[in-house]
Amino acid sequence: MSRLEEPNQNKLELSGADSSNAVAAKSSRIARRNFLKTTATIGGGLCIAAYVPELAAHPDSNSPASATVFAPNAFVRIAPDDTVTVISNHSEMGQGIYTSLPMLLNEELEADWSKIKIEAAPVDPVYNHTLYGVQMTGGSSTTPSEWERFRKMGAMARVMLIDAAAQKWSLPASECHVEKGVVIHAASGKKATYGSLADAASQLKPPANIPLKDPKQFTLIGKPTRRLDTPSKVNGTAQFGLDVRLPGMLFAVVARPPVFGARVASFDAAEALRIPGVRAVEQIPSGVAVVADRFWPAKLAREKVKITWDEGENAKLSTSQMFADFSKQSASPGNIAKKTGDPAAALASAAKTITAEYDVPYLAHAMMEPLNCVVDLHANSCEIWTGTQFETVDRANAAQVAGLPPEKVQIHTTLLGGGFGRRANPASDFVVEAVHVAKIAKAPVKVVWTREDDLAGGWYRPMWHDRFTAGLDAQGNPIAWTHTIVGQSIMQGTPFEPYTIKDGVDSTSVEGAADLLYGIPNLQVDLHSPKIGVPVQWWRSVGHSHTGFSVEGFFDELAHAGGKDPYELRRNLLANQPRMSAVLQLVAEKAGWRKPLPAGRGRGIATHFSFDSYVAQVIEASVDKDGAVRVHRVVCAVDCGRTVNPDIVKAQMEGGIIFGLTAALKTEITLENGRVQQHNFHDYPMLRMFESPEIEVHIVPSEQNPTGVGEPSVPPVAPALANAIFAATGKRVRRLPIRASDLAGGSEAKS
Amino acid sequence: MIGQLRYGEHRSIPEIHQRLESRGVGIAQRTVGDLLERYEELVALHLADEERLQERLRRQGQVILAIDGMQPDVGHEVLWVIRDSVGLTGTKFGCGMALCGACTVHLDGKAIRSCVSPLSRAVGKHVTTIEGLSKDLSHPLQRAWIEIDVPQCGYCQSGQIMSAAILLKENSKPTDKDIDEAMSGNICRCGTYSRIRRAIHRAAEMAAEKRSS
Repeated sequence: MSRLEEPNQNKLELSGADSSNAVAAKSSRIARRNFLKTTATIGGGLCIAAYVPELAAHPDSNSPASATVFAPNAFVRIAPDDTVTVISNHSEMGQGIYTSLPMLLNEELEADWSKIKIEAAPVDPVYNHTLYGVQMTGGSSTTPSEWERFRKMGAMARVMLIDAAAQKWSLPASECHVEKGVVIHAASGKKATYGSLADAASQLKPPANIPLKDPKQFTLIGKPTRRLDTPSKVNGTAQFGLDVRLPGMLFAVVARPPVFGARVASFDAAEALRIPGVRAVEQIPSGVAVVADRFWPAKLAREKVKITWDEGENAKLSTSQMFADFSKQSASPGNIAKKTGDPAAALASAAKTITAEYDVPYLAHAMMEPLNCVVDLHANSCEIWTGTQFETVDRANAAQVAGLPPEKVQIHTTLLGGGFGRRANPASDFVVEAVHVAKIAKAPVKVVWTREDDLAGGWYRPMWHDRFTAGLDAQGNPIAWTHTIVGQSIMQGTPFEPYTIKDGVDSTSVEGAADLLYGIPNLQVDLHSPKIGVPVQWWRSVGHSHTGFSVEGFFDELAHAGGKDPYELRRNLLANQPRMSAVLQLVAEKAGWRKPLPAGRGRGIATHFSFDSYVAQVIEASVDKDGAVRVHRVVCAVDCGRTVNPDIVKAQMEGGIIFGLTAALKTEITLENGRVQQHNFHDYPMLRMFESPEIEVHIVPSEQNPTGVGEPSVPPVAPALANAIFAATGKRVRRLPIRASDLAGGSEAKS
Repeated sequence: MIGQLRYGEHRSIPEIHQRLESRGVGIAQRTVGDLLERYEELVALHLADEERLQERLRRQGQVILAIDGMQPDVGHEVLWVIRDSVGLTGTKFGCGMALCGACTVHLDGKAIRSCVSPLSRAVGKHVTTIEGLSKDLSHPLQRAWIEIDVPQCGYCQSGQIMSAAILLKENSKPTDKDIDEAMSGNICRCGTYSRIRRAIHRAAEMAAEKRSS
């Protein structure tokens, strides 16, 4: 691993995870030339300017010949051997951006694709998210937010390479063109490779004006292109955080509290210290750390540490009690998130009213690579290797613990063995803890979380309770819809709070509910955000992960209550939503909505709008006499704007569907006496190959700018399945995960 | 005594052991963990004129962990020896309970979950890791995985491929049902199952083409 020097020309740091102005990006030093200045708004009101300086923030410090490496900006370097290194400011966690970002850049650069390499960016404000103002990966936002910047960075390099060639040949640049990494002057037959021009191009000033291609001229964007990271992922060379090895590195595990928020009252390390290879057993803020020469003795020793915990209030927590409390709370309205028309009057006048309550549990992210972090701490520096989605925040938090200014902390972002939101932790829990451990290890140290540690470690998707009441008119059309949501806020206490919580409503708690696309004239969505001592966090598709299920499940109930076909009712109420309407019709057509099914099989449909993308799914399922659900087929249609790499879009839809099915059928985190009841994949089971259905993905062609892809396929899965189960059995699923005991009797139960 | 701890086909531990002894290096450690660790040190210190063992091992992917007459540390599992002592990190830790398959390696041609396999089980046997499947991505499974772009995060894929390799060795033309049975011990949180299925079929085709050509 290279140890990069970090010049930190531009300083923008969070002053701490709880700093209210942390996200407001301001550069202390104005870039000499702003190539790109965009403003954008998140959560209603925050304006951020993003800029790109003309010089690379990070010339290759390992290369003595770096003078001849052409680095026109912080996102690309071209070496004399024609190698093109694209620097990614977003983390690769499976979503394919180590391929799609180079595609964006190379659409304009037009280098030889086989010469493209990708490298993780160091932490620097130049790499901040164009919308969120910190360096991070999340919110299905990489491609949408980098759509313009990466193409501009590629175009800038191309223009300069052409200029360098033109000057060398004393010919007009306008007569030159590029092809696969070669500048060509057709009339004279002169040619020069990008690499051969690297030195000359480095002497030039970046152009003031960079025109981008008309999308009609795209040659790379929109074409299925093989992922650049696949070879390393099939021969064992891909480096994840857990694979990092440093000379003299020690290993550590941490005994964390059995109850969230519990503190160490006392501990006895005598027996643990007798295990050969154990170096230190010491208290840190998150528990008791055990440092050893190898992972195994550390793990053995941890079992021998005798700890007395001061458990505190949270030792009383029980999720079954919490669900009962949530249900009670949902009977009274909370803070208003959305109100149109007069729902109370409309309900009073309705021909028929329907009420239902929905429950979903806490969920763990359960990335295949458990959390881990390597830290090399010295008096004047702190180097960190980890798979993170939250570089700026992690650096600020690590710096505080290390007692160093942020610019003395370097983060090397490795590949992530899955993220799903967990590796963007607002408190940087796994990074901060590792810096504490490094203080006692007095050597480079790798903190390893076991699967049990990872699952019990908190920061879950919140548990939610949703109560609906709706009114239908005499023709069965919905005229009123009220929706009360109960669940913890994930934004409270994070740097994003000022931009996401307004009038007591966390917008991420009600997303997918308050922005309902269906044309229902009288609507109210309100929210209770109870404070509970279980740390919660964004989880693939965030608030949509629960509203997708409850809203689309309840909508299906309305259709049946009004005697309507669930597809037709959706189509009618989406008349003013052309993009969702098109997606819905496509999925119905591909799934053969009205075609007869084999006996015992039911078909369910759901739509969901999230991360600016439109998704609809049809699921075919059956239920055996013991209540076991079999998912046979999932058909998915998506409009995510222009697709950069259609095959990656398909892969993300497929993956999100499996992720959604796992949540629908398998997983829940429960607490009794404050203790997490799940331990490993035997009691927090994942969907497996034999349960994996046939999946078809259909992409609606679009010329709109790209929108989110990583998350939007998750929300419709659970409701489409629940609706299919209703079609097959007449049994309505209102809580997840789906339990066989709720469905015993099977598909034959329906007459 | 170090007994036998060999790597690769062409050089045995006794040979290296003799060389070390001839240079006056005594070996007194008793536990396997110590041995392996000491071994790396010894090689680094005293075989500097030779290819660095660690590098070799890392490249090799096909090691023989053969330890005679030694009582391995209780619970010292093959996974951690491979990853932390030998330095082959392509084999992954996912659960530590043989539930997810990320740690799958071949032990004398059989797929094992290395996270629950004590080192004693590997005595005198070939351990093949993902690094040893081919030197140049030429194994049909690797080619098929690349052609179909199976991996997303990629963390589970070493284990998936090692499980699939045994399936194909024992069944050159597996059905979907065969694949379900053989692969259901391997979890993929990214949900690449449908592509894994396609890629196994494709690899079977590639292997058949190779056989017939």
